[in-house]
This record gives sequence, structure tokens and C-alpha cells, in this order.
Amino acid sequence: MQQKATPSEVSEPRQEQTMSLEGGYYQRDRSWHPAALTPQYKTSVLRSPQYPLLALDNTISEMTGPRFGHNQIGPLDNDLIRNFAKTGDAIGQRMIVYGRVLDENARPVPGALVEFWQANAGGRYRHKKETYLAAIDPNFGGCGRTITDEEGRYWFRTIKPGAYPWPNGVNDWRPAHIHFSLFGHAFAQRLITQMYFEGDPMIWQCPIVSTIADKAAIDQLTAVLDRNATLPMDALAYKFDIVLRGRRSTMFENRMEGN
Amino acid sequence: MFQRLTTLKESPSQTAGPYIHIGATPNWVEITGVWDEDLGLVLVGPETKGERILVKGRIFDGSGHPIKDALVEIWQADADGLYNSPEEKRGKADPHFVGWGRQPTDGSTGEYRFETIKPGRVPYKDGRLMAPHITVWIVARGINIGLHTRLYFSDEAAANAECPVLARIEHKVRLATLIAARGEENGMPTYTFDIHLQGDKETVFFDI
Repeated sequence: MQQKATPSEVSEPRQEQTMSLEGGYYQRDRSWHPAALTPQYKTSVLRSPQYPLLALDNTISEMTGPRFGHNQIGPLDNDLIRNFAKTGDAIGQRMIVYGRVLDENARPVPGALVEFWQANAGGRYRHKKETYLAAIDPNFGGCGRTITDEEGRYWFRTIKPGAYPWPNGVNDWRPAHIHFSLFGHAFAQRLITQMYFEGDPMIWQCPIVSTIADKAAIDQLTAVLDRNATLPMDALAYKFDIVLRGRRSTMFENRMEGN
Repeated sequence: MFQRLTTLKESPSQTAGPYIHIGATPNWVEITGVWDEDLGLVLVGPETKGERILVKGRIFDGSGHPIKDALVEIWQADADGLYNSPEEKRGKADPHFVGWGRQPTDGSTGEYRFETIKPGRVPYKDGRLMAPHITVWIVARGINIGLHTRLYFSDEAAANAECPVLARIEHKVRLATLIAARGEENGMPTYTFDIHLQGDKETVFFDI
């Protein structure tokens, strides 16, 4: 089950939509997310907290968050083929990535800042610490950003990133992927994740992908090829929906008298 | 068959990786010309209300070494305890203070720095006031899901003592991990907030 499995569910927002939405965000399902300590991904061994996290039902500090404006975004910010170009378009398989940012109640999240970054078509990042021998593309920077519209939709144009080897095991490779950073409406919704490509056999050999225990959760990060959204003689298209945390409705909120 | 809930699952997190700065602060890693200024670098302007402070610190891994490839974000109320957010229902925050900041840890020292203001107090769910605090969120290579903590201020002992969130920390010795020590640098008050991912001084992280 890949990304295309979600629209049927998405098309039926919850009945509670009309209720007031003042409660905290749903508890994070920590078994759906990767654990902090995942020894197959070696860097996590020294960077994983060992005490249990302290549960904190959301306060105003977590239920608010910065909001970004469309005026902060430039016209080429969502075009990685052109936004760093010096002498011509970036090299690689041209494609459009699009989707919606939803919450767990299947409601769109408008005004969400979506940031993305990736390696070039050869699998090389533009970064001074990058040591992979694949060539740098002088016309590819590798970063972009956009803000979701009123229906939670986003899209950007890029080239398909290459797979690349990385120092973990002697010969570990990352599958082709795009990094995503998301701001919803509250700091509690803050999320960073990665997008993979449907049908890539390298997904199932990756020590970072496998930090996620549930195959269905990995499928949720796997974008699906959408032939209908391709641009003829121009670009492929992949659909990638992203789900941020949903919020409790306050049918019987637990409040002290007088508040 | 029983009815089905129509809720979706939150997209699972993945590590921000070693090159988070390409996406978050490209100008800082010499990817220039895509956009002029990285988001979140400046919190305070001349018209911002409140006491100017410098928040700084390092993030240490389990071997005691500072992490040099992390990204730190902060989120805080203004000087009157209001958040500059559409979700803030209690009043209008200082329009000259965004309240959100983003900085990389330095590539050689591992230090992060924010010039900001000291926030006012914000109520807990039951109306009691929490002590002044700054939400701190860190991501990096090797961190599979962003870590969420809070910075409290060493010169707010009375407020800290009655903060309902700090009161939830069972092992009182760990309280100290959330208290930033006040100092001074070039005449500006500083608060040093070192974060320890593991070990005896492991910072209290929250599941929010």
C-alpha cells in the first residue's frame, strides 16, 4: 500500500469538523515513528536519549507556532531545476512532486511551510563535508520551499535525486530520497521526514529507512508515480501526501472550574 | 465488522541527516542566490519589546563531544507572555517579535547562539502560570525524531519553583538540566543552555 491508498480516506473528513478545536494534539504514536536508539544506524547510538521522554499534555507553548507568509517565498523557491541555475537547467530526470499536507483528522493544513532538500541526479549533495565522488552539477543547489494553499496542496519541480553510498556499514547505500521539513499550525506539529520513490528496491536495504519498524509506515513515506500528473515531453510526477498531527476536539475538555 | 475510524496516521519521522542546513539554512552552507536570507536568523529588531538576551549552548553526544551538524529551533512568547501565532487566542503579541528562531550549531565549536528577548509567563492548562521558558527543538544526523525540550532561566527561581511543568519532573536532580545559567557577554545578559543527549546530565526531553 503506497501513497495512492490514502485519497479514499482523505475524502471523508471527520464529523467533528464543525466542533470547536481547542484541545491538545493527539498523542504521538511512538511505535509508528522510529525509536531513538536504532543500532543499525550507527550515529543514533550516541545521539539517542536513554531516559524516557517526559509526557507533557500540550500547553499554549506547544499549541501555537510560527506562521509563514506567501510573501516570504520567491517565485523560483519551488523550482530546483531553475533556482540555482547558472548556465542552464539542472541535469537529471525532470519531475514534479506534489501532494497535500493533512492532519490526522484528514483535514488539509493550509499555510504550512514545506521545505525540501536533496542530492543531485548523481547522488551528490552540494556541501563541503560531502565526499562522494559523483560530480557536482553547477546548476543544482538542492534546496527549495513552498507554502501550502487553502486546500493544503503543495508542489515543486526538481530532478530525481540519485542513490548514494554513505559511511555506516562498509557498503551501505541510501535509496533515492528527498528530505522534507514541515511547519503546521503548532509547534507540536513540527516534523522532519524523507520521501522515497515507489518501486525502489533499495528502500528495503537502507539502515535509516529500517529505523521505522512498521512496513505500512515506510509505505506512507513512499511517493507514487502519477502518470496523469506528468507533463508530456517534459516531467514525471510523483504524489506525496504528508500527515501532521491532528488535534482533539473539546467535547468534554478536562478543565478546572472557573477556567 | 465494527466501524472504522477515519483518522490518518502522522507521517513517520526520519532523521534530518547531515545536510539539514542545505534545506534550512542554505546561505550558511554557501548555497547562495536561491533566496536572500535564511528563515529564523533574526528574532529581535529595534522596536521589539523586552529585555535583550543572548541564548547560547552546545549539544553533547553520549561520548561528551559537541555535535557540529545540528539545527536548533526555538519558539517563545513575547515579553508579555503572548505568542505571535494565529493560534494565540488570549491577545495580540508584539508585532515586532516573531518568537521563532533557527540556528545551526557551529561547524567548528558546536555552539549555537540566539539573540532574543526574555519571554513573559504563559499559563498552564489550568490557569496557573508556568515559569518563563523557551521551547527548544533539535534535529541532526543520528536523531531519528526531533527532540523537544524547554529552557528555563536561572534567575527565575521563584517562578521555576511553582511551574506546573517543572513540577512534573520526578527526579528533582534532573531539573537542573533545564535551567540555563545567566552570565554576561559584552554587556548583554547571556543564558547558557547546554543539551546532553545521554549520560548523567541527560537533558529532560518531552513527549508533547
